[in-house]
Amino acid sequence: MTAPSGFTPDTAAPPAGQGGAAPRAATAPAPDPAEQRRRDRRSRRYRWDLRWSPYAFVAPFFVFFAAFGLFPLLYTGWASLHQVELTNPTHMEWAGWHNYSRLWEDEFFWKALRNTFTIGVISTVPQLMMALGIAHLLNYRLRASMFFRVAILTPYATSVAAATLVFALLFGHDYGMVNWSLGLVGLDGIDWQNGTWTSQIAVSTIVIWRWTGYNALIYLAAMQAVPNDLYESAALDGASRWKQFLHVTVPSLRPTILFTVVVSTIGATQLFGEPLLFNTAGTATGGADHQYQTLGLYMYEQGWVNLHLGRASAIAWTMFLILLLIAAANALFARRLRKSQ
Amino acid sequence: MRRNTGSHRSTAVVLAAVAALGAGLLSGCADDGDDGSAGSSGGGDSKGKTLVTVGTYGVMGFKQAGLYDEYTKLHPDIKIEENVIDPASNYYPQLLTHLGSGSGLADIQAVEVGNINEVTTTQADKFVDLSKADGVKKENFLDWKWAQATAKDGKTIGLGTDVGPMAICYRKDLFQQAGLPADRNAVSELWAGDWQKYLDAGKDYAKKAPGGAAFLDSAGGLFNAAVSGGSEVYYDKSGKPIYKDSPAVKKAWKLATDASTAKLSAGLQEFTKPWQQALANGKFATASCPAWMLGQIKEYAGDKYKGKWDVAAAPKPANWGGSFLSVPQAAKNKDEAVKLATWLTAPEQQAKLFEKQASFPSAQAAYDLPQVADAKLPYFNNAPIGKIFSQAAKDSPTQVLGPKDAVIKQNFTDVGLLQVEQQGKSANEGWKAAIKTNDNALDQ
Repeated sequence: MTAPSGFTPDTAAPPAGQGGAAPRAATAPAPDPAEQRRRDRRSRRYRWDLRWSPYAFVAPFFVFFAAFGLFPLLYTGWASLHQVELTNPTHMEWAGWHNYSRLWEDEFFWKALRNTFTIGVISTVPQLMMALGIAHLLNYRLRASMFFRVAILTPYATSVAAATLVFALLFGHDYGMVNWSLGLVGLDGIDWQNGTWTSQIAVSTIVIWRWTGYNALIYLAAMQAVPNDLYESAALDGASRWKQFLHVTVPSLRPTILFTVVVSTIGATQLFGEPLLFNTAGTATGGADHQYQTLGLYMYEQGWVNLHLGRASAIAWTMFLILLLIAAANALFARRLRKSQ
Repeated sequence: MRRNTGSHRSTAVVLAAVAALGAGLLSGCADDGDDGSAGSSGGGDSKGKTLVTVGTYGVMGFKQAGLYDEYTKLHPDIKIEENVIDPASNYYPQLLTHLGSGSGLADIQAVEVGNINEVTTTQADKFVDLSKADGVKKENFLDWKWAQATAKDGKTIGLGTDVGPMAICYRKDLFQQAGLPADRNAVSELWAGDWQKYLDAGKDYAKKAPGGAAFLDSAGGLFNAAVSGGSEVYYDKSGKPIYKDSPAVKKAWKLATDASTAKLSAGLQEFTKPWQQALANGKFATASCPAWMLGQIKEYAGDKYKGKWDVAAAPKPANWGGSFLSVPQAAKNKDEAVKLATWLTAPEQQAKLFEKQASFPSAQAAYDLPQVADAKLPYFNNAPIGKIFSQAAKDSPTQVLGPKDAVIKQNFTDVGLLQVEQQGKSANEGWKAAIKTNDNALDQ
């Protein structure tokens, strides 16, 4: 770091009393001690400012993170080792690993884990494929393309609650619009709520509806960064649009696709609002047979319906560990991908 | 050129869209903030009035019946603000967290009967003893209602608002068409004394079921109606959970699953959208009717069925539901809150609430007041609901409550019975699923 020297332009005539562009301090008359101290203080303050201000600027984030991210994380970890009830949250009884070990035998937990996985797959995979397709279409020159780009983002801007309530109505058994249209083509109505697969598909539909546009925009942004020459030379070689998509677009988008896969996987693991509200009775069981109860929902049921904070904390931490595993697997995969290129 | 070159105009469109979205998000946050802080804002407003906040769930009806306006007219220095949390299932956990931290509480907090035991046994020290408040008379209230909110040491932390004495609502026109008696006294007589007789009537009805309407709405509703007449249901007197072997639960379970397997039920889940739609389309002929259910039927069945519904006595007296008003120790305006809670639950006000909102009084002293004694509901063919419900309320047994009553009841109906009714499982499978879910819910 260099201290700022006076902005004395070379070309300007040196001010009277100062020899050329030489440092001011050297030629200035010896200051009295008080003045000297003041200058020292000022330059010291200046150095501190330079060194510490950046930290002050980034501090708000870290303070907030500590208060609302780190503290709850640690507190939840601590609570997961205790028996705590919401009726008396300050009273904690040491339970060791009991809350974790019991998850092994907890069939509701395993069912929720299984549901989270299957709903995650049937929502994420079609969602990302559709997003890729939509992005590819939007990347063509079209009329009012800006309108379409904003339009596909609107589901994302809709609140989960509103969207889910509408979908729950659409998937109603007797008066739902989906069954009504099935009836039009001569098919029997489906009891969407009560079947394992049907309910999971219905929940996935809400997720797909909300997030496809969001992912499509990310893909579109990445597509626009693909150099045009690649397409031109591919076209010269006689590659069709589809071939161009497969051999130019998709390989160029690989890091972006990886990013969306990770983000979607995290979202799928934490899925909560959609299955909660899909149940029109508003209970957290995820259907009569827990057929669409996700991990997030099971944690909520343990903590806020059954009021067992310790057990809920253990589930929360287990979910956190699962996410870390996913992140690690992804990092590994990304590294191999980079090496293979 | 594949790449879209954005013109200034389209950039402006996007900017406008983003700004609109951002504004929406911000205002959304601001709304949330208001909701959150409203509960904790206390003290006075600019005119120096004292603000008393009331925390409720669903529709308690105080505001709708004009009781707040009346109170502020009587006490010009008081301002009342009601914070409603809907759905009710979100209300209770929030109340508990606020009690735990001692902040964010309203001056008056409503508590539902399914939670009152847990609050009374575990949190009594955090509430004001309302039995000692000025103007509160124990003898005004039904004995069993008073007992529900009274702790072992005699401290009463909640004053009863409404209760849910049981009746049966039935479609007079459908009964007639099915060849059953339609007059409400004859209908009451048809099944007096035994829920089994209610099912037998259902079997008679089903032989000629008019217009494809089922006999009753849901097995869950029947279960709750029948189980609510027992004195020991999910817990015994010593506080031990007995839901696995309780005769009252087993009996109600058999009744409800029998109704389902005999196809007497429309297989709906009460209070859900499909249930409301079935009401609007006249898809069932009877429903278990605690007093508060009248309002639901009237609202969702609509004008089309006005005068076609009627109210008969339930086979056995029972109470399903009801609420209490309590004042937390951490309330900002404790004294004013106690006064308001006392006034709101006094017999005269409960009678007014009944007149306007059909919430049936828990103050038995109100039963002799003309608003209750002579009450008739035009929608229900001018049924003398005051008399029917007063009788049911007086005859209801004092029920032993337990801390997890609400959760246990919900798992029986929303897991067990729903598996039987909607997923085609056997009664035995449904029972096992309900018990397993309940064991898991109670296991700390």
